[in-house]
Amino acid sequence: MSLITTSSQTVGPYVEIGFSALATGEIAPAGTQGERITLHGRVVDGDGKPVNDGVVEIWQANALGKYAHPEDAQDKPVDHAFRGFGRGLTDAAGGFRFATIVPGRVPGPGGILQAPHLVVTVFMRGLLKHLITRVYFPDEPANTEDPVLKLVPAERRSTLIAKRVGGQKDELEWNIVLQGEGETVFFDY
Amino acid sequence: MNTVTEKTLSAPPGYRRPYFESQPPYLYPPYRSTLKRSPSRPLVLLPHTLSEITGPVFGYDAVRPTDSDLTRQHDGEPIGERIVVSGRVLDENSRPVVHALVELWQANAAGRYRHAVDDHDAPLDPNFTGCGRALTDSEGRYRFVTIKPGAYPWRNHYNAWRPAHLHLSLFGLGLMQRLVTQMYFPGDQLLAYDPMYNSVPDEKARQGMIASFDWEATIPDIALAFRYDIVLRGRDATLMHSTRS
Repeated sequence: MSLITTSSQTVGPYVEIGFSALATGEIAPAGTQGERITLHGRVVDGDGKPVNDGVVEIWQANALGKYAHPEDAQDKPVDHAFRGFGRGLTDAAGGFRFATIVPGRVPGPGGILQAPHLVVTVFMRGLLKHLITRVYFPDEPANTEDPVLKLVPAERRSTLIAKRVGGQKDELEWNIVLQGEGETVFFDY
Repeated sequence: MNTVTEKTLSAPPGYRRPYFESQPPYLYPPYRSTLKRSPSRPLVLLPHTLSEITGPVFGYDAVRPTDSDLTRQHDGEPIGERIVVSGRVLDENSRPVVHALVELWQANAAGRYRHAVDDHDAPLDPNFTGCGRALTDSEGRYRFVTIKPGAYPWRNHYNAWRPAHLHLSLFGLGLMQRLVTQMYFPGDQLLAYDPMYNSVPDEKARQGMIASFDWEATIPDIALAFRYDIVLRGRDATLMHSTRS
């Protein structure tokens, strides 16, 4: 016997009312261990228009590849300053920005280590259920062996890898294209 | 690598995939905003790794006592019909989802949101913000006191009206239980005309978004009550086996 999961519905255009209290672009507070980066980008629709009423949520492990969650049973230390959650409401240009650290590697299917990645959840008016995607890091050798990236058609993998911009090592850009040319890979979760 | 090691390194079991037609599609043309905001390329089936099974954890620091009573967030009383909205959050296996964050937002009694882009010609209420939060207790129960929201027009099509609804966002115990839904009210004649409600193909699943009148939870002389139980995804306890598709 099983119950049926409640149906998803859109957050609608007024999501800011409900989501702003817990919004934070500072995922890694002072004292968090790890290599600091900022990740910024824009959300655009199928016409290339900015999505100015969207929400981007980030979930990630700490620098050692440990999630601040009771089901992560790995024998690795939790970083008490670090929760691993970010939430950004997009601005008028569809922009979002997070300051965080590069996560460590976490195990994937069959115990194969995954490359460092952020899990991204996207909500907005016009999405009857949220989208899930991932951000990987540029110049990361582990990307070639990542068990989830391997499931993505090779010609579309670049949509999941952030780019270094402005010649800065710690400034990464990653855009969310909802539809059409350069469409971001989204997952059936 | 022996089996024990593999089990140690692998994540706990993943979550069951949704029941057929119990969730809305991304592209649903009657809801016009989906046309340019839905993915057009095939989705990639995501294995449920440790990254998906874990998820943000919130505690009592995220919720103040006044957060679950939307009628007491200002000096004065909001206008409208006071209601209690409560229920249980369970997973598909009927297990309570405990200490999980529920976020709520809604229009006021006149059908107006306190938001810059809402230009509906209906009054704002200085004593109503329309935002609340609660944590489920050790049995998965949550409870809000609020004002019954009004229906309001929107621009999806000629003479389009949204039925009265509450927006609810749940984090569950892990990312695969994350859910944002809307709670509707029983007997609302607008449901038949609402593209969002009707975007869910399965009738029983659709009706699951309608609260029921809850006599036992009413507060005499103060508030009527509605019960809304929420089901989040459950663990897939059975082993995957091949089937013909």
